[in-house]
Amino acid sequence: MKKLVLSSLIILIGITFLSRLSYLQLFRISPNQILEDPAVTIVYDYPERGYIYDRNGDLLVANQPAYDVMVVPRDVKPLDTLEFCSMLGITREHFIQRMEKARIYSPRLPSVLVPQLSKEDYASLQEKMRKYRGFYIEKRSLRDYDTNAGASVLGYISEVNEWDLKSNPLYELGELTGRTGIEKQYEEVLRGRKGKKYIQKDRFNRVIGPYKEGSLDTLAKAGTEIHITLDKKLQEYGEQLMVGKRGGIVAIEPGSGEILSMISGPTYVPELLVGRERSRNYSRLHNDSISKPTWDRSILAEPSPGSPFKTLQALAALQEGVISTETTFRCYNGFYVGRTKRGCHCGGGLRTMNSGIYKSCNAYFAGTFRKFYESFETTDDAMDVWEKHMKSFGLGDYLGYDLPTGRPGRIPNKAYYDKVYGDGRWTSTYIISNAIGQGEVAATPIQLANMTAAIANRGFYYTPHFLKKIGDKTIENPEFTQRKYTTIDPEHFEPVVRGMADVYEKGTAKWLQVPGIEIAGKTGTVENYTRIEGERTQLTDHSVFVAFAPVDNPRIAIAVYIENGYYGARYAGHIASLMIEKYIKGEISRKDLEKRMLEKTLDHEYAKPYSGSEFKINEYVW
Amino acid sequence: MSGNSALRRVDWVCVLIFFLLLAMGWINIYSSTFTEESTSIFDTSQLYGKQLMFIGISLAFIVLVMALEASFYERFSSLFYIIALVLLLGLFAFGKTIAGATSWYDLGFFNLQPSELAKTATALALAKYLSDIQTDIKIRKDQMMSLLILILPALLIIPQPDPGSALVFFSLIFVLFREGLPLWYLAIGFLAILVFVCTLMFGSVWVAIGLALIVGIIFLLKKPSVRIPMIPVIGFYVLTLAFSLSVNFVFENVFEQRHRDRFSLWLRLEKDPDKLEEIRKTIGYNTYQSEKAIESGGFFGKGFLEGTRTKGDFVPEQHTDYIFTTVGEEWGFVGTSAVVLLFTILLLRLVHLAERQKNPFSRMYGYGVVSILLIHYFINIGMVIGVLPTIGIPLPFFSYGGSGLIGFTLLLFIFLRLDANRLKEWN
Repeated sequence: MKKLVLSSLIILIGITFLSRLSYLQLFRISPNQILEDPAVTIVYDYPERGYIYDRNGDLLVANQPAYDVMVVPRDVKPLDTLEFCSMLGITREHFIQRMEKARIYSPRLPSVLVPQLSKEDYASLQEKMRKYRGFYIEKRSLRDYDTNAGASVLGYISEVNEWDLKSNPLYELGELTGRTGIEKQYEEVLRGRKGKKYIQKDRFNRVIGPYKEGSLDTLAKAGTEIHITLDKKLQEYGEQLMVGKRGGIVAIEPGSGEILSMISGPTYVPELLVGRERSRNYSRLHNDSISKPTWDRSILAEPSPGSPFKTLQALAALQEGVISTETTFRCYNGFYVGRTKRGCHCGGGLRTMNSGIYKSCNAYFAGTFRKFYESFETTDDAMDVWEKHMKSFGLGDYLGYDLPTGRPGRIPNKAYYDKVYGDGRWTSTYIISNAIGQGEVAATPIQLANMTAAIANRGFYYTPHFLKKIGDKTIENPEFTQRKYTTIDPEHFEPVVRGMADVYEKGTAKWLQVPGIEIAGKTGTVENYTRIEGERTQLTDHSVFVAFAPVDNPRIAIAVYIENGYYGARYAGHIASLMIEKYIKGEISRKDLEKRMLEKTLDHEYAKPYSGSEFKINEYVW
Repeated sequence: MSGNSALRRVDWVCVLIFFLLLAMGWINIYSSTFTEESTSIFDTSQLYGKQLMFIGISLAFIVLVMALEASFYERFSSLFYIIALVLLLGLFAFGKTIAGATSWYDLGFFNLQPSELAKTATALALAKYLSDIQTDIKIRKDQMMSLLILILPALLIIPQPDPGSALVFFSLIFVLFREGLPLWYLAIGFLAILVFVCTLMFGSVWVAIGLALIVGIIFLLKKPSVRIPMIPVIGFYVLTLAFSLSVNFVFENVFEQRHRDRFSLWLRLEKDPDKLEEIRKTIGYNTYQSEKAIESGGFFGKGFLEGTRTKGDFVPEQHTDYIFTTVGEEWGFVGTSAVVLLFTILLLRLVHLAERQKNPFSRMYGYGVVSILLIHYFINIGMVIGVLPTIGIPLPFFSYGGSGLIGFTLLLFIFLRLDANRLKEWN
């Protein structure tokens, strides 16, 4: 038995060791060995982000180098702090504080001491940097804007956050990613692919060579440049016109669905969100809860469309054979809904479709709408057909354009009214406001522009989009290159277009004619309300205008929405006409219109709800 | 020709395993000391080159050992022992200090570590003394004498300081047990370790309660006819408690903080996870890194020269005491289990060889060889894989170091020489 003691002990030890080893090597081993291995670091080679050009090949966004002053605390030798700080433009206290922070982070690893020096500072520093051991300058790439316009379309980039890191394993801490707009939408194209180098390090974190002779390393692939459909000049011009106004402008090329410009007012200079002041500027913009410069009104605001919506009523009624172009309705300076009278500013009299449109007669369209509903057996049937026609113009749902945000607007349907009034307990009189673009309908400016493009095309549209070319490749995405037909037959468009042309010829926008260009348009004046201290208060009407030009072979369709700009021909009509002229002719002949729009602001209107005192709305003088 | 017959009768299983371990050891030393500038494997300015030289020297010693008469070792064992003691004593005057320990003689081309050779000499001397016809292990005086033989070199080594190496000599107690030292010595030894660990983990009060429970249960289960004398039981109980209390005293007052930390780490005494983590990163750094390195090898390992933590020098003393981490990282579980199995087979084989010796000296020496190899293997790998506290002793045939390699080679091959001669014993 004694002889067995030692043998058993040997076997017991062997079993103990094998079980411990299998625990360590078979169970505790982590699947991400290489990432947890302190001896292997991954060094990234960041590719340059792709440039963004406009439709004519003009540069919009490029890159600029930025320079971070880095420090490896352990390598720092005693230095002339005063001189060094004055060179960097920081205070001594700040310097000491940052150094302490860096030391706490790690004495051996580099930390950022001063981020994002300008090119000028860098030039003067570069020479003297050698004197200061432990400090060096690291180059980073930031966006460089070749324009002051387009901030809301282009979007901005910023460092990835925890959530990005979790949701997308491609990112590492400290990397930049598109946050909004084109930068976000086409992040994958613009970003390129970063190069990866696996580096073998020793326990002092010193590099001792490539890991596995670099066999796992990958090369960086630069981001691809993209061309977008914006017209740089038109965009810049539109933003100038929008100074001091709130609202949105969207201009589309009807023949392709390409968005020529998309403007939200107020906006900001894209450069504000680059560099050292980025976060301060961002908070300032983001926290402006009154004028909301970061809220893109051209795709997020959902006002009632107002009178431009009347054109669709005419089209739907023609399509269903409810009226002919010769059908007349009498305007009694308004119309009656039951016993209450609703007003109209057209001047009264007998209205045909043509004059109904160019004079924007409420009574005519209320009559048409009523007739439309009466031609069906039930209101439900009428509602379904109506909804189908309206939605075929891209209203009431997300349009599918290539930006990461948007709103659906609203085309109310029977389910909507059943919910509001109760099942079947509503009739056409309840919803007649929709006929004149008030009531429950709502549309974003881009939807209005798209609707206008569909009219300009006489019955179809292309989904509005920004992407024109990726690198040298023109887009082939069928989503953007295939026509979407409305439910209205082409022949019904001509009389409506004629009416819209007459808006300029002799109607509500006759003062806005542009010599040499035949424009078709439609004004809109939208009543709106806000709550002031809990009380529903009416504000000055929103000014809305849609237009396209030239009437034959249209090259531009535009929607302009100006908050509290009063009637349609006032602000929105002016701006639409100027934009059209700018785009088609390249210069402005109506200097009077231009001067007025560049100078006038609506700040006094926007101040009213906050004034705390009584105020008048819809003041005639301006 | 005795040389020829020795070669014919030598135990080739042990020789084969010896060479396997030697080769694997060198490959791993090469990997852990490899640098990008490395050129020839014979470059003696590099540690792997030196180790190759030591392997050569060891091979020469094997030839020498095998060439000599078997009786030579028995006859001169006392002399070897005395030489070893003199060499250990001489360190106090002429020793060279490396890394805080005065354990070496500087021979110019080579630093000789006498404690490595003293292990073989002591095993020989102990076998010689015990196999003497006049020695009776049942007699207290002879027990004391045997203990003295193995304690003497340990006492000389402790102040170097090299407590790890000193500990090795106590493993020779196994030889005494094999030769008749009552097993209850061993039982008491185990009980002492058990009480020591339990006291640290649970405190004296729980040890007292637990012990009382065990005694109580024994009394309840015994047949009524069996009478257990009360006085020795009470005496045993009191002594154990006294020992438990003294453990606390020794731990708090005699041990230094670094010793306490090692135990805290080993037995997870520190309950505060933050502090435990702190200990892991400081005093437990070696163990932490070695566990991580082994762990990262997985089943198949990262491959020869591909161990990232090995290349990055993350594990301290990797080519000496922590050489097993290189095996773990680069050869994975396949490699580590192969090493464990090889050692297990070698040790079992040696026990078997020792048992078949007709000559008591050979048998006792054989047991000495097993004891010494076993404790090195047990403590070294146990420490590296984190089941034992940190005690720095090398892994036989594996770790870098000339004296160690030559010492272990001599230790093993003297026994194989004796074994090859076993059939001639009555000639």
